[in-house]
Amino acid sequence: MEYMILIHTDEHAERPGPGMPGFDEMMAGWMAYNQRLIDGGHWIAGASLQPTATATTVHRSGDAAPAVTDGPFVETKEQLGGFYMVSADDLDQAIELASAIPLPFASFEIRPVAFRPDAG
Amino acid sequence: MPAEAAPPADDTAAALTRLAREESGRVLALLARRFGDLDLADEAVQDALTEAARTWGPRGVPANPPGWLLAVARRKAIDRLRRTSSAWRRTMAAAPELAADAMSAAGDGGAAPSHRRPLLVDDDPGDNPVDDDRLRLMLLCCHPALGREAQTALTLRLVGGLSVPEIAAAFLLSEATLAQRIVRAKRKIRDAGIPLRIPADLDTRIEVVLSVLYLVFNEGYLSRGHSGDVVRVDLVDEAVRLTELLGELVPDHPEVLGLLALQRFHRARLATRTDAAGELVLLEDQDRARWDRAEIAAANAVLHRAISRMRPGPYQLQAVIAGYHANAPSAAATDWPAIAAAYRQLVAMTGSPVVQVNHAVAVAMVDGAEAGLAVLDALAGVDGYHLFHAARAELLARAGRPAEAAAAFTRARALTDNPAEQRHLARRRQEAEQPPAPGPGAGRRVTPSGSS
Repeated sequence: MEYMILIHTDEHAERPGPGMPGFDEMMAGWMAYNQRLIDGGHWIAGASLQPTATATTVHRSGDAAPAVTDGPFVETKEQLGGFYMVSADDLDQAIELASAIPLPFASFEIRPVAFRPDAG
Repeated sequence: MPAEAAPPADDTAAALTRLAREESGRVLALLARRFGDLDLADEAVQDALTEAARTWGPRGVPANPPGWLLAVARRKAIDRLRRTSSAWRRTMAAAPELAADAMSAAGDGGAAPSHRRPLLVDDDPGDNPVDDDRLRLMLLCCHPALGREAQTALTLRLVGGLSVPEIAAAFLLSEATLAQRIVRAKRKIRDAGIPLRIPADLDTRIEVVLSVLYLVFNEGYLSRGHSGDVVRVDLVDEAVRLTELLGELVPDHPEVLGLLALQRFHRARLATRTDAAGELVLLEDQDRARWDRAEIAAANAVLHRAISRMRPGPYQLQAVIAGYHANAPSAAATDWPAIAAAYRQLVAMTGSPVVQVNHAVAVAMVDGAEAGLAVLDALAGVDGYHLFHAARAELLARAGRPAEAAAAFTRARALTDNPAEQRHLARRRQEAEQPPAPGPGAGRRVTPSGSS
């Protein structure tokens, strides 16, 4: 089996930044967890995302042109059904890729990745 | 705008305003692409404008202000980069442990702090680099991944060269709110990777720019007359100026020309839209002798160019309708059948409630109040819309149903927060309850939206 784990957290909570006390300890915890996944053969992909202020949502409804809006996906009638992690030149290309997902009625939230442990 | 400089002489002040409005967007666009940094370009242009305000008074206006601005802003950008990188080097010397984090975050070799994430630009400057840059900047400011308020503020600020205090005053917002809005928008551009690039779907993206310019125009159009404050920037004129600029950047685009014609038809009638007391004057009651004939002629010419492209669109149709009104020698001589036909096309094209209500009003002018009411009563989902109730009230009054008319006026009044409209609707309700003695114009007062 393969699973996706979704991390929900308060993005406004205080966290130490680089160079601040406690930062190294915090990062060490993440690195150890990532390493555990990798060593145990569990690792497929993972990343932290930038805050919701950077989010853009593409709404598809049938044959109408996809609508692009500022902000995260908030509708509760649709449920999370999958994910892609893609590489794109810029947000325009990411929007184009999202709009091409073969689901005629769906919304796709696009958020830039902040940090990915296995990024080259 | 620079604040610390001594007030320059009037002609110098005019030259400075012209420089900010007409040239700063061009220079900012060019520097943003060259340096790959929107903030840096914006700061450099502001630095250069501050220097102009400081030195032009004593030394006089330079022979070539646009050339001066580009040269000085470019130098200011380089100065800022130097300052940042030397500050960064000092930081690195004092705290070398920060280097690795910053390098991985910035991805630029650690030459600059991580907040200088580069703006994404394409390398092809195109045939006409400067104007191409301004089009890119306009499209960037109006990117659909930015909220409408952010798009509006950024466009006026970066493309239009308006200052934060000017924009804040025009929208009746605090400077802090507007400044925050601009900072957030710039941050999203940077962090989400919104590129400074001519997109593949140019027409779709131009539609967004047009809707922003239309909003700016309406804001100016609706607020004019509410405030005697002459210091306020005129958003009507700014919207026309920016639409003209877009018309230069994408020549012969029929919808850009359509919006420009629409704006100019409305601007031609602006002086007669409110009376001395600031009350709204209906289209049919406006003094047509005071309409700006030269402006109407200019709008006619722009509309003709748009229509000759044979690619109809909603702005062109709205301009056609505004043109029928502006060119009618009198209210009675208005070509209502042609206007009703144009609205029918517009309904088919947009389905917007505003348009549907206006279509009903035009039908009433052609076939009578009951016919218009039949169209209105067939509409769905317009109950929360004040102009629906206002139009319905007028038609009910005209159809000789005063009690229903009064109720509809009351409903309309409760749904708008514009004081001039509220006063107008309250007055109309009183008139509907106590019909004036019959005379010319009595019983045919109808309030299409946008017609006052």
